[in-house]
Amino acid sequence: MNVFTQLGEWLSAPNRWSWTDPAGVPYRTVEHLWFSVLSLVVAAVLTIPLALWLAHYRRGAFLASSAVNIGRAIPSFGLIILFWFLASRWGANTDFWPLLLALVGLALPPLFTNTYAGVVQLEQETIDAARGTGYREWQIMLKLELPLASPVIVAGARVAFLQLVATVAIGAIVNDGGGLGRYIVDGFAEGAQGYGEIFGGGLAVIILALLCEGIFALLTRWATPKGVALQAARRD
Amino acid sequence: MHASSVTPLLTESSRPIFEWRWVERNADAIGQRLGEHIALTATALGIGLVVSLVLATLCLRYRWFYPLVLGTAGALYVIPSLGAFALLVPFFGLTFTTAVIPLATYTLLILIRNIVTGVQQVPAEVREAAIGMGFTRGRLLWQVELPLALPVVIAGLRVAAVTTIGLVTVTSLLGMGGLGYFIRAGIQTTTPNPSPIIVGVVLSVVLAVVVDLLLWLSERALAPWVRKVRAR
Repeated sequence: MNVFTQLGEWLSAPNRWSWTDPAGVPYRTVEHLWFSVLSLVVAAVLTIPLALWLAHYRRGAFLASSAVNIGRAIPSFGLIILFWFLASRWGANTDFWPLLLALVGLALPPLFTNTYAGVVQLEQETIDAARGTGYREWQIMLKLELPLASPVIVAGARVAFLQLVATVAIGAIVNDGGGLGRYIVDGFAEGAQGYGEIFGGGLAVIILALLCEGIFALLTRWATPKGVALQAARRD
Repeated sequence: MHASSVTPLLTESSRPIFEWRWVERNADAIGQRLGEHIALTATALGIGLVVSLVLATLCLRYRWFYPLVLGTAGALYVIPSLGAFALLVPFFGLTFTTAVIPLATYTLLILIRNIVTGVQQVPAEVREAAIGMGFTRGRLLWQVELPLALPVVIAGLRVAAVTTIGLVTVTSLLGMGGLGYFIRAGIQTTTPNPSPIIVGVVLSVVLAVVVDLLLWLSERALAPWVRKVRAR
C-alpha cells in the first residue's frame, strides 16, 4: 500500500482531531508543548539566577565555557532511559519524572552559558555608571544586567527549546507520554503497517518544531530592550 | 538474555547498578557496536563535509546564494531527529541510508557557516599576494584560503562530530544505533538491566570526548602557525 494512502487513512481515523482523546493530534500536541515548556521553565529557574550571580562576580568562567560542550556529548536518548531506569527502581512515576529530568538536564547548559556570556559581554562603563548613581549590586543584576543580557538569554532558551521539542518525541520510547513522538514509536512497532502513522507523526513533529522556532524568532525581537534595539539600528 | 530468568520482585532492587560481568560477557558485541557507531558518525560527517564544501564554495562565489543556503540549512537543523527518521522510513526502510541522511543534514549548518566565515577572514593582503603571484581562483581557494581557514573549519567539525555521536544513539529505533543499541536493550529485558544502559551512555560520551580531542590535535598538527602566532 502507498504511504500517502496510509497517511490519509491515519489522518481520517476517528478521534484523530480530538483535544481529549489520546489518539488525537491536538491532544498530543498540547502534551508535547506542556512537557517542553515545563522543563524549559524549570531549567530557567534553576540556571538563570545562578548564572547571573556567577557572571556578576566573574566566577565560574570555565564552567560556563565547557557546559555546552559537555551537554552536547551526553546522548539525550541515554539520559531518558537512564532516568527511566532509576525512576522505576525507586517507584517514581515513570510517565513523568524520567522525561522531565532528562529534559531539564538538556536545557541547563545552553541557558547557563548564554546567560553568563550575555552578562560578561556588557560594557563595564554601564555597570560602573549604575554603581556610581547608587545602585546596589542586586539592583545592578536585576535592573541592568538581566534586561541588557536578555536577547542573548532568549537565544539560549531558543537553542534549548529546540532540543526539548526534539527530545520529548524520543521520550515516547519509554513512557505513555512523549507527545507527538507517540505516533512515530507506535508506528515503528507495527512495521510496514505503521508507515502512515510514522509519516504522519513525523510531519506533525516537524511542523511543531518549525512553528516553535518561528515563535522564538518573534520572542527574540520582543525580548530586546528598546534602547538596545535602537542602538543596533543606528549602528547599521 | 539472562535477565529474563524469574526473579522475585523484592530481591530485584538488590541487583547491583553495574555489573562488570555483563561487560566481560558482551565484550565482542560492545566492540562491534562501537565500530557501527564510528562508521555511522564518519559516514555522516564525510558526506556533510563534502556537501558543505561544495555549497560553501558556491556561496563564496555568488554572495546572494549564502543567505539562501544558510536559511535552508537552518530550517533543516530545526527538524527533530525522530521526525526526520519518521519521514524517511516509509521510503528507505530501516536502513543505514535512513540513519545517515538526517545525521549528515544536521552537520550542514555549522560546517557551511564555519567554512564561509573561515575563508572570509583570510587577510586581504594574503589574497592579493596570491593573485599577484598568478594563482587562479580555484588554486587560491584550495591552496591558500581553505588551508588558512582550517582552524575555523575544524572548530565546526568538532561541534558537528560531538553532536552526531550523541544523535547516533537515537538511530537504535531503526535497528542501527551503534552504542544506542545497548541503551535500548537495557529496557527491553523483562527486568530492566542497568549495565548495558550505563555502558551505552558512558562509551558514547567517551567516544565524543576522544574524537573531539583527536580533531583538536589534528588542528594543531595541520595548522601549526596558529600556535606560533599566538606564542609570539
